[in-house]
Amino acid sequence: MNRRFSWFNATSITLGFAFLYLPMIILVTFSFNESKLVTVWAGFSTKWYGELFRDQAFLNAAWVTLKVAVISSTVATVLGTMAAYVIVRAGRFPGRTMFSGMIYAPLVMPEVITGLAMLLLFITIGLDRGVFTIILAHITFTMCFVSVVVSSRLATFDRSLEEAALDLGCTPFDAFKSVTLPIIAPAVVSGWLLAFTLSLDDLVISQFVAGPSATTLPMKIFSSVRLGVNPQINALSTILISIVTVGVISASLISKRSIARQRAEELAAVRT
Amino acid sequence: MNIRRLFLILAPYAWLLVFFLIPFAIVLKIALSDYAISIPPYTPVLDLSAGWDGFKSFLSALDFENFTFLAEDALYYTAYLSSLKIAIISTFLTLLVGYPIAYGMAQAPDEWRPTLMMLVILPFWTSFLIRVYSWMSILSNEGFLNQLLMWTGLTDSSIQILNTNTAVYIGIVYTYLPFMVLPIYSALEKLDGSLIEAAEDLGCSRIQAFWLVTFPLSRPGVIAGSFLVFIPALGEFVIPSLLGGSSTLMIGKVLFEEFFNNRDWPVASAVAVVLLLILIIPIVLFQRNEQKQREADQ
Repeated sequence: MNRRFSWFNATSITLGFAFLYLPMIILVTFSFNESKLVTVWAGFSTKWYGELFRDQAFLNAAWVTLKVAVISSTVATVLGTMAAYVIVRAGRFPGRTMFSGMIYAPLVMPEVITGLAMLLLFITIGLDRGVFTIILAHITFTMCFVSVVVSSRLATFDRSLEEAALDLGCTPFDAFKSVTLPIIAPAVVSGWLLAFTLSLDDLVISQFVAGPSATTLPMKIFSSVRLGVNPQINALSTILISIVTVGVISASLISKRSIARQRAEELAAVRT
Repeated sequence: MNIRRLFLILAPYAWLLVFFLIPFAIVLKIALSDYAISIPPYTPVLDLSAGWDGFKSFLSALDFENFTFLAEDALYYTAYLSSLKIAIISTFLTLLVGYPIAYGMAQAPDEWRPTLMMLVILPFWTSFLIRVYSWMSILSNEGFLNQLLMWTGLTDSSIQILNTNTAVYIGIVYTYLPFMVLPIYSALEKLDGSLIEAAEDLGCSRIQAFWLVTFPLSRPGVIAGSFLVFIPALGEFVIPSLLGGSSTLMIGKVLFEEFFNNRDWPVASAVAVVLLLILIIPIVLFQRNEQKQREADQ
């Protein structure tokens, strides 16, 4: 596209990003507010953070959420990577269309339906609801996101490298481990990160399958903000927003550096 | 076919069958069942243990009672219609807000682009719930928007925005904006600039060139972005629960309440089945658009 960065463009970008970021900035600012009223500034204070860390219910919910997210995203990454491999590489097998349908369907399925369906399954087979059922549900919907991320990398990958390894005497598993996996590793890692954040974030599906015994952080946030704005939640949101911001910025810096290194290596390879 | 390959296919396949497909079969089964005051609160119509006879009696007793109930009770079809209306209007509003941002990004200098991209993607990684919540203090009666409106003198007293449909529109536009911006941006970025120059050399004004060349060429991005907003917005639960009011009817919320507050599982399941049927059309159209794009790229 030919570039004519006009005043109109500058204004629309500025307004657009203001719209995207102002609510967050307000939220973060007012987490340091002295007053309980979230819309009137009454001086700087960190007391809401103190209250948050003394609130055992929040700490418990945070621990449950973290446990669920780590376990479910790890299992989902393994299953999702396998599924991606099947879709891109396994060729024809009976039921392939249904398989790819089941991989893509959860991406567009409304969460209320997924949650309801999962809950009815757990009740039908008589599984006690709790942390375990949340993990099962999260694995199921996040593995599909992992598989989409990984399969797009697998599809662009030069297959002759793998064939070379096989010709040189590798078993298919060795070839996967020492050639394919290192190449698709960045996609696997970003698939894991995506699954992890989706699991951390999920409210609706957890609400359905959790049962009375387990509460995740989003469920706790939802039940307390339903009654109105609450400065403790502002403090919690600020912590979560900072973690994500630091994570995303460092991930983009790391990938930028690795691209630069790759280019330097390619350049060196061309010269020698 | 060796054992490893079989295992590779079977593991994810079996998982999805058990945890994705069978649950939907159960939803369908319960949607066809009758409501009962018991635990679980329905009487199954299909009795699998009775074998073939059970299946025959299931077919003879089959009624779509819960579905006819949905069609007769005004609550449900108004909820479907109002969800459709809210989803369509907010998709259009997201397009109005998102297109200029994507256009501006596509015109921006090269060295800004990675940063701009990151700024669009970053909100996507932050909690959806928190992003919705952040609007509660802005839209409330004493909130910042009302403070701003009164300070500028546009209104004398605060106006109710939170707990209305307006708040729901704002919430949907805000949370789904990145899904609209990214596909439009990637369509605009690929656009060949010489086409616009040619249009201008042939006497188009810049605005004419935009409507005759740029916008039609960005249409795949616009379509993809609109579906990416419309599909999740239709079944949205969190936004109408937190920002909408008691008069905001959206089918996701109705399903949730039917299940948890009224404990009417058969009707909740029927609501889910109908919502799914409605969604099949836009999902198929979306897939077709993506397919066409992929073919055009090759």
